[in-house]
Amino acid sequence: MNKCMERLYNGIIKENPTFVLMLGMCPTLATTTTAVNGVGMGLTTTAVLIFSNLIISSLRKIIPDRVRIPAYIVIVASLVTIVQLFLKAYIPFLDKSLGIFIPLIVVNCIILGRAEAYAAKNGPLESAFDGIGMGLGFTLGLTCIAVFRELLGAGTVFGFTIIPEAYKIAIFGLAPGAFFVLAGLTALQNKLKMPSATNGSASGSVLACGGNCMNCTGSACMANHAQLETRRLQAQEDALAAKKADVAQTQAELSAKLDKKDN
Amino acid sequence: MNKLLNVSSSPHARSNVLTQNLMLDVAIAMIPASVYGVYHFGLKALCVLLVTVAGCVLSEYVYESLMGLPITVMDGSALVTGMILGLNMPPEIPLWIPLLGGVFAIIVVKQLYGGLGQNFMNPALAGRCFLLISFAGHMSGSAFKLDGVSTATPLAVMKNGGSVDVAAMFVGKIPGTIGEVSVIALLIGAAYLLCKKVISIRIPAAYLLSFAVFVFLFGQHDPAFVLAHLCGGGLIFGAFFMATDYVTSPITPNGQIVFGILLGVLTGLFRLFGGAPEGVSYAIIISNLMVPLIEKVTLPVAFGKEGKKA
Repeated sequence: MNKCMERLYNGIIKENPTFVLMLGMCPTLATTTTAVNGVGMGLTTTAVLIFSNLIISSLRKIIPDRVRIPAYIVIVASLVTIVQLFLKAYIPFLDKSLGIFIPLIVVNCIILGRAEAYAAKNGPLESAFDGIGMGLGFTLGLTCIAVFRELLGAGTVFGFTIIPEAYKIAIFGLAPGAFFVLAGLTALQNKLKMPSATNGSASGSVLACGGNCMNCTGSACMANHAQLETRRLQAQEDALAAKKADVAQTQAELSAKLDKKDN
Repeated sequence: MNKLLNVSSSPHARSNVLTQNLMLDVAIAMIPASVYGVYHFGLKALCVLLVTVAGCVLSEYVYESLMGLPITVMDGSALVTGMILGLNMPPEIPLWIPLLGGVFAIIVVKQLYGGLGQNFMNPALAGRCFLLISFAGHMSGSAFKLDGVSTATPLAVMKNGGSVDVAAMFVGKIPGTIGEVSVIALLIGAAYLLCKKVISIRIPAAYLLSFAVFVFLFGQHDPAFVLAHLCGGGLIFGAFFMATDYVTSPITPNGQIVFGILLGVLTGLFRLFGGAPEGVSYAIIISNLMVPLIEKVTLPVAFGKEGKKA
């Protein structure tokens, strides 16, 4: 059970698909015009994600490795069709406002990514919880973006007017606004150093990139890191030398005192 | 210290041109257009100009203080951005909109990319386009009032097939944004910049020529129509003051000509075939994005490599 809770935390906070993994950007940017759309898209994806992870994980020993991607797509596409029919039957307005982005869940990076990275290697229960965590993380990300965009672009939140009509900034309802809000919220998440996979390694490092040179190919960064490392070692040596000198001095003083006493 | 024995790394010869002097020259060059705008539209125009300048300078100061960066307010670049943005505003606009534009131009377009010299788009124009998309109603149409009556700009009239008075456009007795109306005031400022060698003629000349040819070929084969298009809208203002911004235009001589031609073609496309009557701002910020590519292909041959084949 502990593992399941860890999966939920991982999906919602540590590896949030929107702000940390940066996956599924297409629906993130396109469907977050209003808060209702954001929540709807997030929950629809969550539903598909839970069942796709569950089914793919259960079938992971049967699906041949070489045709796994087509097999995943068939499973995900069937689930998306089911979900879309449900939406059409029970929440038709959401189906209408999300439009083409419901069928596009089939090729959503998060779903294929989690199938490939987690469900194909782990048991059904953990995979299902991974789906719940990732889905809720995605929903959280979309809702945050959508609330800001709706507030600034249309002056409303979940349809309730907060800012008068005359003061709305229409660009936030359009594509550029989606990028502004996404960038702003991601920057905020990084600035506040919220516990996430990308911020985890940054705690001890003085480098802006997080100092994770194992994952970096930039040679300038490596050189920079080496320089910092030598500087750090130098400082350590200096400190050590200073300490030694200090100790030597106190010893000399002590022996001088002893000499005086002897005299 | 003994000057003879003083060892320092290059550069050893420095010119006296500072960012501050250049920006001051650009600001001086915009004074005729600003004065005419205030005279033509009244004190409202002055308020708009003051608000954009104050918005730009203050947001630069506040951002740099908060981020612990060196304060670069005194180099005048924020002042110039504010002036350009203000001159691009219609005079009747509610004052909080230009303020928002100034804050957006400095913080999002300039400072977030690293400050002066690092921004990849002209901040004032990006700010204007931001406002143009966000507040379409305030930024055009009914906002152009002349003597209390709202009228269409000459470009909008031409878009709908009407005829315009080119002489009035040249002097500036037309509706429009604060700085763009008087061609003659803008040309005085441009002549000042050219005399002081702050800008070279390459970008404006290539821009205006290619635009004129484009309009002549694809618009009406009528010199009066071409002339009206040249004097109308923000073309002169854009060609001399905004397209020549050092940070966002190519530094290679050939690249500047390519840049000018690209601007001319894009502006012509937007004006003749686009939905809106005006397209200078969008043409300039789109061309700004092409600058790194243009510089890459127009890199001059290094000294000593002439005549050698690769």
